[in-house]
Amino acid sequence: MAKKYDTPLLDELEKGPWPSFVTEIKKAGKKSEMANDELGQLEKSYRTKRGYWKHGGIVGVLGYGGGIIGRYSSLPDEFPGVAHFHTVRINQPSGWFYSTKALREIVDIWDKYGSGLTNVHGSTGDLVLLGTRTEALEPIFAEYSSRGWDLGGSGSAMRTPSCCIGPARCEWANIDTMEICYQMTQRFQDELHRPAFPYKFKIKVSGCAVDCVAAIARADCSIIGTWKGKIAVDQDAVKWYAKNRMDINKEIVDMCPTSCISYDGTKMTINDDECSRCMHCISKMTKALKPTGEKGVSILVGSKAPIVVGSLLSWVIVPFMKVQPPYDDLYGFIGKIIEWWDENAKPRERLGEVIEMKGMRSFLEHIGVPAQPQQVKEPRKDPFFFWKEEDLKR
Amino acid sequence: MAWLTEEEAKKTRKTDIGPPHYEQFLPPVIKKNYGNWKYHERLDAGTMVHVSNTGDKVFTVRVASPRILSTETIREMLDIADKHCDGYIRFTSRNNVEFMTPDEKKVEPLKKDLKAKGFVIGGIGPRLSNIVHTQGWVHCHGACTDASGLVKAMMDELFPYFVEKELPAKTRLALACCVNMCGAVHCSDLAVVAVHRKVPAIDHEKLKNMCEIPTTIASCPTRAISPDPAKKSVKINDEKCMYCGNCFTVCPPINIHNPEEDGVAIVVGGKIGSLRTGPKFSKLAIPFFYNEPPRWPKVVAAVKNIIDVYAKNARKHERIGEWIERIGWERFFKLTGIEFTYQHLDDFTFMRDTMRTSAAFKW
Repeated sequence: MAKKYDTPLLDELEKGPWPSFVTEIKKAGKKSEMANDELGQLEKSYRTKRGYWKHGGIVGVLGYGGGIIGRYSSLPDEFPGVAHFHTVRINQPSGWFYSTKALREIVDIWDKYGSGLTNVHGSTGDLVLLGTRTEALEPIFAEYSSRGWDLGGSGSAMRTPSCCIGPARCEWANIDTMEICYQMTQRFQDELHRPAFPYKFKIKVSGCAVDCVAAIARADCSIIGTWKGKIAVDQDAVKWYAKNRMDINKEIVDMCPTSCISYDGTKMTINDDECSRCMHCISKMTKALKPTGEKGVSILVGSKAPIVVGSLLSWVIVPFMKVQPPYDDLYGFIGKIIEWWDENAKPRERLGEVIEMKGMRSFLEHIGVPAQPQQVKEPRKDPFFFWKEEDLKR
Repeated sequence: MAWLTEEEAKKTRKTDIGPPHYEQFLPPVIKKNYGNWKYHERLDAGTMVHVSNTGDKVFTVRVASPRILSTETIREMLDIADKHCDGYIRFTSRNNVEFMTPDEKKVEPLKKDLKAKGFVIGGIGPRLSNIVHTQGWVHCHGACTDASGLVKAMMDELFPYFVEKELPAKTRLALACCVNMCGAVHCSDLAVVAVHRKVPAIDHEKLKNMCEIPTTIASCPTRAISPDPAKKSVKINDEKCMYCGNCFTVCPPINIHNPEEDGVAIVVGGKIGSLRTGPKFSKLAIPFFYNEPPRWPKVVAAVKNIIDVYAKNARKHERIGEWIERIGWERFFKLTGIEFTYQHLDDFTFMRDTMRTSAAFKW
């Protein structure tokens, strides 16, 4: 197709060394009138400093209440190609691995029905297909689901779980993040596709405290792999780091938050009882240090971005839980968390906010978790604490 | 590829199957050494090697993507993966693309082909990775800045820190086009977040037909919205409104958008990992810049200044937030030359935790 609009402002963003999204939209515009009108409308936004999209309408596919985000232009006469410009969320495979054959299939289908624009991937983890019309949604879903792909979550539902690369290509993974994430997604299919929750519920799985999928900041339920044994030290590898210009005292010993490492110039010793498993030394000396012993997960809950009552980081609820396939205990536990939240939340209240409103004790008692010092940075500062009858009897 | 007829589509359409199992998409060397990796080494800014207990290796070359990808560009990536990586490819949580091969001899030809196609190699180790960002004016109804354009302008300027130059530690940038923060802005080393500064205007005629009044009232975190029975609508107490736009999300006739007064803020010092110090929120560094498309020069200059000052002053392995905690915020403002304003004082929920309660501080 020929160029449809002059876009002097956006053309500026094709200059410079970083890959340009404008070039991508133009590339898609060679085949798609939708992409051309996307570019035209965006140039107008750059001129007037405002967006021209309406709130999403309710669109979807038969039997599902989510996975498609409706999007309509507020200037359909001026830019008819984006009068409808819906998003399709495809549930990504664990760890974002693809065969070229599978991904080719995905883009071929998208070229037939959509704008040819994608996000690989969106912030929650889904493969996002950007821009199609309402009447194309059913054919799109039939083509994808017939070939083994399903939609992700949207709206007040379980959102698509995601995980770090884990055991697939990381020596620090304490748990099989990829399998935990896959099985969990299968288990919660109904909650994912049919929004019946007070608001969104996100689950992310990281294999260690480095937390490459930002579970601690971006998930109502954050699952972090951890261990209970000692850190094994390979002294030959320690020597290799010293020889390769690592200042072990400055970079490792002095930076250990619990001061549990010592180094006498040849030998490194770790006082494992005092180690808080923060991952600093292991991530800097990955050849030399390795967690050993019992592996499991820490479960934290409640993190979210600022809307409505300020952002939260997840709080430690279960310091350690052993997990093994088929992970029924873990999923059952998450089910209990969701149950309590669903019963107690007002519309658009995330789990962390409800715990703040109803109290941590109410939540912990429902899910059957005792109070433990690992859950807090420090105990409360005020003397206004509740007592229950059963507490008085103790 | 063979398309489905309407009949076939009805027959083969499935629901609730979830994603395909990942195992079929793992390169053979990954499948063979799953869970058996021993260590990895960074070979340069965009290349690393993972070594297994069996002695097997997998080399990874990482390239940037602009997040918005045309199907055409994805096919170019796939052609390269077919040629050098046995037909497998993977993406990272920060919109980078990874090409993997067990064969060291294939790494240089792979890089050569990537560069020839214009792909940018980098983002590994103590430097910048890709910027996590939102949809902006490209696709979002709530955006009060564009995300992709501002990200492009920032990364053009910070380009050396992605492809080569080291920083004291890994540095994670993010950008959100409204306070909904669909990117990890609230816990990034440095992030840009778009903000409103004016109380929204209400279209009372539309409101009474479109919105549920109790839900609209309940949407306000500061209780600024109350019923206006005479108009069958709502009214807003200007003094309580802090322009979060949550009311607009549940009730579009309450229009928060104001192109002349909307803009962006810069926040710094967040982190997610538990290494050394716990995860941290990002805190306000600069409360406002006007939107200046297409390249937002003042925002880009301010971001570059903060990154440069950090690069010059922090210790090795110190993230931006850890560096600031060590030197103190008063020193951060001095070193960066950023003006301290009333907007920096928390008057929403966290004042009691954020005001200084010690007589010891720096000049």
